[in-house]
Amino acid sequence: MCLAVPGRVLAIEDGTDPLTGLIDFGGVHKRVCLEYVPDTQVGEYVIVHVGFALQRLDEESAQASLKLFEELGLLEEEFGDAWGRAAQEAGMPEPAGREGVTAAEEGAR
Amino acid sequence: MADSTATAPVDPANWSCPAPLRDRPVVVMGHGGGGALSAELVDGVFAPAFGNPVLAQLADSAVVRLGAARLAFSTDSYVVRPLFFPGGCIGDLAVNGTVNDLAMSGAVPAFLSTAFVLEEGVAMDVVERVAGAVGAAARAAGVTVATGDTKVVESGHGDGVYITTSGIGLVPDGVDIRPQRARPGDAVLVSGPIGLHGVAIMSVREGLEFGVDVASDTAPLAGLVEAMLRVTPDIHVLRDPTRGGLAASLNEIARASGTGVRLTERAVPVPDAVANACAFLGLDPLYVANEGRLVAFVAREHADAVLAAMREHPQGAGAALVGECVEDHPGMVVVSTGLGGTRVVDMPLGEQLPRIC
Amino acid sequence: MKYIDEFNDPELARKLLEDIRATVTRPWALMEVCGGQTHSIIRHGIDQLLPDEVELIHGPGCPVCVTPLEVIDKALAIAARPGVIFCSFGDMLRVPGTDRDLFRVRSEGGDVRVVYSPMDALELARRHPDREVVFFGIGFETTAPANAMAVHQARRLGLANFSLLVSHVRVPPAIEAVMTAPTCRVQGFLAAGHVCSVMGTAEYPDLAERHRVPLVVTGFEPLDILEGIRRAVRQLERGEHRVENAYARAVQEDGNPAARRMIEEVFEVTDRSWRGIGRIPDSGWRLTEAFRAHDAEHRFDVTGIRTEEPAVCRSGEVLQGLIKPTECPAFGTSCTPRTPLGATMVSSEGACAAYYLYRRMDTTTRKEMSPVG
Repeated sequence: MCLAVPGRVLAIEDGTDPLTGLIDFGGVHKRVCLEYVPDTQVGEYVIVHVGFALQRLDEESAQASLKLFEELGLLEEEFGDAWGRAAQEAGMPEPAGREGVTAAEEGAR
Repeated sequence: MADSTATAPVDPANWSCPAPLRDRPVVVMGHGGGGALSAELVDGVFAPAFGNPVLAQLADSAVVRLGAARLAFSTDSYVVRPLFFPGGCIGDLAVNGTVNDLAMSGAVPAFLSTAFVLEEGVAMDVVERVAGAVGAAARAAGVTVATGDTKVVESGHGDGVYITTSGIGLVPDGVDIRPQRARPGDAVLVSGPIGLHGVAIMSVREGLEFGVDVASDTAPLAGLVEAMLRVTPDIHVLRDPTRGGLAASLNEIARASGTGVRLTERAVPVPDAVANACAFLGLDPLYVANEGRLVAFVAREHADAVLAAMREHPQGAGAALVGECVEDHPGMVVVSTGLGGTRVVDMPLGEQLPRIC
Repeated sequence: MKYIDEFNDPELARKLLEDIRATVTRPWALMEVCGGQTHSIIRHGIDQLLPDEVELIHGPGCPVCVTPLEVIDKALAIAARPGVIFCSFGDMLRVPGTDRDLFRVRSEGGDVRVVYSPMDALELARRHPDREVVFFGIGFETTAPANAMAVHQARRLGLANFSLLVSHVRVPPAIEAVMTAPTCRVQGFLAAGHVCSVMGTAEYPDLAERHRVPLVVTGFEPLDILEGIRRAVRQLERGEHRVENAYARAVQEDGNPAARRMIEEVFEVTDRSWRGIGRIPDSGWRLTEAFRAHDAEHRFDVTGIRTEEPAVCRSGEVLQGLIKPTECPAFGTSCTPRTPLGATMVSSEGACAAYYLYRRMDTTTRKEMSPVG
């Protein structure tokens, strides 16, 4: 459901009804309805589905998620990580798929 | 799958056999899309009607013997809307497309014919611009437009301009390039960034229009092929991944040769703008059309030298080693994803459509 | 921060996978509800990277695939009429109705156009006042604000030639239907992030509580999906069943109030049939009385079209993880990716279509490896 893609607000058009703006999806520009995110500012990221911005993206939350992923396995007091340590001590195998490195992967490096 | 040994009501290995046409009593756009439906039309209608060993090669161009000479011979029709797009026009495609089909047999393209079908009412200025593009592209590719024809159809019975070009070229001695020659162990090379033509066209298509700084990659590839053949005449397969993209070409090669193809996703050169346009439309860059790229299967021991030669040539500056030919999963293309998983890249069915889901 | 590349990082994916591996102690069956998530899982091969204990059941969340046969037949009937410009999202064109698809209608002279947004269809209605412009308004809660805005604008601008063929569906009743199936195997849900971007999360605590299942609101990039799985597995291992938001950058608790207000103004809740599953109470939206003039079903009088789903197709059970695709008698015979019967074969990521493709790989690989065949 629903292919929705993050894009950066490049411009907000004056006096459009419904409110419309130009969004940059990494070099792809498209006019999009901003009526549902009326407070959005130029430079902000929004998530866009079929020509409509559905939400402003919250950078703080995004950073917090990435930081959490980064720190996985470093925290010791958590339930899951005791299991993690035990598994590591037991010589956990590499994730599947990383074993068979193909010639092309070597070439890509 | 865990239960793949269970009794199957169908033999899945035979699934690639030509499906009956009965479910498609009329021609649909997908029959021209370069995917499974196109193959069905050829296998189900044209091949039985024309059937002969030359046609059965089903390569981009046929290689025929005429006296002492081995000639590559190819024909293609060009219908594109809009006629002019970022990076070129129908005239460039009509020349480069046929030149490239010849080059994919290793031939040195020599002569082209052009047949124009013009729609009543199309502006003369448009015809002049297209003709000018044909002339310029032919000069750039080093081919001579030796003969031509023009027909006019009533207003409403054409899209302004359709062009059919045919071409012939000489295949050098010792060169035998066909999809059937792919061998396990071959390196798979791509001559540059993919998806540019398809994205350029989509960006100006009615109903989808978007702004993007991408131009079609339309270009003649005969010079690049010559440079590759100078390294070794023993190139196994060449293909220009036009409609249906890299996915269609690799599937055709895998099926023709009975080998599997293993692709490494992050090694495939995809420009950011193409990747982002595809993300935004829900498309896979592997299925998007190219008009100035080739994919080559080369024996492992020649791969580095051929790749180096490609990178020295302007049309191959962005060339990359993207995968290998394998014994596993014959007839199928499997991609190793950036995360280390795999997925099957199947033959596209017909037109590529933007997804919402 | 571009919100895409960062959430595709292979190194962080490995950390998430390691954490999932370290947490899981026994088999769990999770359902990702959304077709977009299924797409991402297959595209990146995420299912193969997970430990064997974690099974993903692909849920009924592809709006294109679950649109019932009857509505497709109505669309085909409308699109074939002279004077109609029938507009649709691209992926809807190849979904077969009883005897043809929209491609076929186009090849027979119907004016069928692919648009990116319902607003593009509205623009066509403005430019062609002499033509009837119909938009195929399918989708989940994510797409509803867009379709609602198009109709709302049509009424405001007096574009009497614009109408919507509505087949809107809602996620929470589908989760309810999955959980109340007698032999339900699903133990946790990855809830669809973009649906919640619009609707918020208020509808979910009750579902989590009553069915005692973890519900993790999940995004669409590979790291998002792994994080959704990680949190669901943690809850299951701890015996918890809460609603968690693993997609906080795009989902707020109250969703998007402006979008929800528009949905409420334009649509009202109704029962809907789902392809392969059947009728689910209150599982959809239709236009309210005030917008009836823009309702294509009434405008073109296709309300009489009644189509039964093929009885042989068991995609409903496949969708719920109750049977494997190969256990369906139609699989591979009357139902193939070229001639799909149910939702799970219609979509290339549907369980049946994926099974079909991968079985071919398994079969050919096995043949190659064992000389006795």
